[in-house]
Amino acid sequence: MIDNVLSKVAVVPALLLAWLDRRFPVTRMWNEHLAHYYAPKNFNFWYFFGSLALVVLVIQIVTGIFLTMNYKPSAAEAFASVEFIMRDVNYGWLIRYMHSTGASAFFIVVYLHMFRGLMYGSYKQPRELLWILGMLIYMTLMAEAFLGYLLPWGQMSFWGAQVIVSLFEAMPFGIGAPLAEWIRGDFTISDATLNRFFAYHVIAVPLALLVLVAAHIIALHEVGSNNPDGIEIKEHKDENGVPLDSIPFHPYYTVKDIVGVLVFLILFFSVVFYAPEMGGWFLEHNNFIPADPLRTPEHIVPLWYFTPFYSILRAFTYPFLGVDAKLWGVLAMGASQLLFFFLPWLDRSPVRSIRYRGPYFRCALYSFALAFVVLGYLGVKSPTETDLFLFNNTVWAQIFTAVYFAFFLLMPWYTKMDKDENRPVPERVTG
Amino acid sequence: MTQKTVLTILLLLAPELLFAAGTRLLYTMPHINETDRAAIQRGARVFINYCLTCHSAEYMRYKRIADDLGISEDIMKKNLMFASDKIHEGMVVAIEADDARRWFGVPPPDLSVVARARTREWLYNYFMTFYRDEKSPIGVNNATFPGTAMPNILWELQGWQDPVYETRVNAKGDQERVIVDMKLVEPGKQTAKEFKQTIRDLVTFMVYMAEPAELERHRLGFWVLAFLFVLLMISYALKHEYWRDVH
Repeated sequence: MIDNVLSKVAVVPALLLAWLDRRFPVTRMWNEHLAHYYAPKNFNFWYFFGSLALVVLVIQIVTGIFLTMNYKPSAAEAFASVEFIMRDVNYGWLIRYMHSTGASAFFIVVYLHMFRGLMYGSYKQPRELLWILGMLIYMTLMAEAFLGYLLPWGQMSFWGAQVIVSLFEAMPFGIGAPLAEWIRGDFTISDATLNRFFAYHVIAVPLALLVLVAAHIIALHEVGSNNPDGIEIKEHKDENGVPLDSIPFHPYYTVKDIVGVLVFLILFFSVVFYAPEMGGWFLEHNNFIPADPLRTPEHIVPLWYFTPFYSILRAFTYPFLGVDAKLWGVLAMGASQLLFFFLPWLDRSPVRSIRYRGPYFRCALYSFALAFVVLGYLGVKSPTETDLFLFNNTVWAQIFTAVYFAFFLLMPWYTKMDKDENRPVPERVTG
Repeated sequence: MTQKTVLTILLLLAPELLFAAGTRLLYTMPHINETDRAAIQRGARVFINYCLTCHSAEYMRYKRIADDLGISEDIMKKNLMFASDKIHEGMVVAIEADDARRWFGVPPPDLSVVARARTREWLYNYFMTFYRDEKSPIGVNNATFPGTAMPNILWELQGWQDPVYETRVNAKGDQERVIVDMKLVEPGKQTAKEFKQTIRDLVTFMVYMAEPAELERHRLGFWVLAFLFVLLMISYALKHEYWRDVH
């Protein structure tokens, strides 16, 4: 009797699933994206950062919703409302620190994720569109971070926004000033600017971000993941059409990624609980002074994730070809982003992974990574001081800006020069 | 290889990264314990008696101080509340912004989060480096914040100091006179040692005031991290079990 009832109850989930499957492709989607999505079995350390980026995105959205409940997007109230969250909202400080630390964490994981792509040639054919979608996510993320940074309405919020928006004024043909005014909704950063930045930060840009992330994942699952050897696992399949060097994403990579997520969360919460300012790198000291349009801070410094590009902007100090220095700086900063989109076509090497590439590419990639870090460091320093050796910060920024651009612009040549130096690429993945 | 390169670069930059925001200060900060409630309470008394006459701390509610320090409302009202009798309110002052501007040139800033804006080292140095200066309109100056509009409000405790100068060669190769120390020329009510302790307490209070959640943050963080460690071990065991048939 009992057995009879139990056996009937036991089929309920299956019946429910069947009911759902007839109306919505639950099982098909689960299989396509997880259980029967075959990923190379040789993913290493660098392959954690994609799933981590997704985790940070969720953290940002959830904490952001709770912050919105108490934040006031008004020039008169914004600063006080953030302190209200920090003091009077239950666990408001935790939510706020998770959000502020999450912003920096997002860029850390995304930069490592992108570096992985550079190392293993994940942008190369057939993953060009996947790479472009990723770059669009990155640019959207930068917009999101920039817009959000105005909201606490501290001195750096205000003056950082002032500097960045005024970059648009460098546009020629008389469109610069009206464009900057149109963005701000005022002649200076003001209440109107704060209100619209809030709207973009909590609705417009996150929506774009979610759509792009979905597209990025769909594109990934269409072409399949690259791997540290940079070889195509689909070239060797078993009798069922499953690549021999692959394992189903679920359960293998889900359980592995959970380990990665926990290590990440331990680091993340160590910062949240014990060093939320991170010595001024995640929360700038000056931003605890309310925005004051009449007092310009001595050094206006963006947060660390923008500083490489800020250095490139400031590296242009001479007018050239009848174009003034500021416009050159703005153009170079734009180009430093845009060039990433062309990587799939700039790279002429038949080999994807750095493991089998010749010395020119290796050298170029390490120089580029070094340039990125040094430019980031110089971006928080005063341009006239000498913080490294020999030259002042501006000269070093100019040198490393040249290295940065050389990585992209010389790529068609040096990747070809590697032709005879490339090492033999294995047929199957190497562990 | 690549991992090592990245780590090496980060490690090489680490000391620079930590001190990026630092300015050159005269004294090194003595250690303060942010969770020492007795020190916070002593500091609160100094703050309320001396600072709160001109400076507000409007985001810091009296009630929160009482709760965090374990002081009853009655004692709080009797001993620490002079500017207001509403315990749920923030620490506001009666001074009018216009008056303040006339008297000092600038309205005294709100100090709720000043310890986060200026850093504790800066505050400690600021309080310790007031000196007599005939050239200044208010008769005093400050080595940490030259030209400060604030008089040395703690002079009756500290007494008066004169700067000790030294001639040094700067980066450009020019000689310049720099202040390297302070010497006491007229003692105040407190000895130098007592005064230093007063300032430590005051800074401890101001650090607390800038972020009252810090008391809770450290305590809660331990449990969150402990939980994540346990979860990490379980999830690692799970991963290990699943991956047995891959390797």
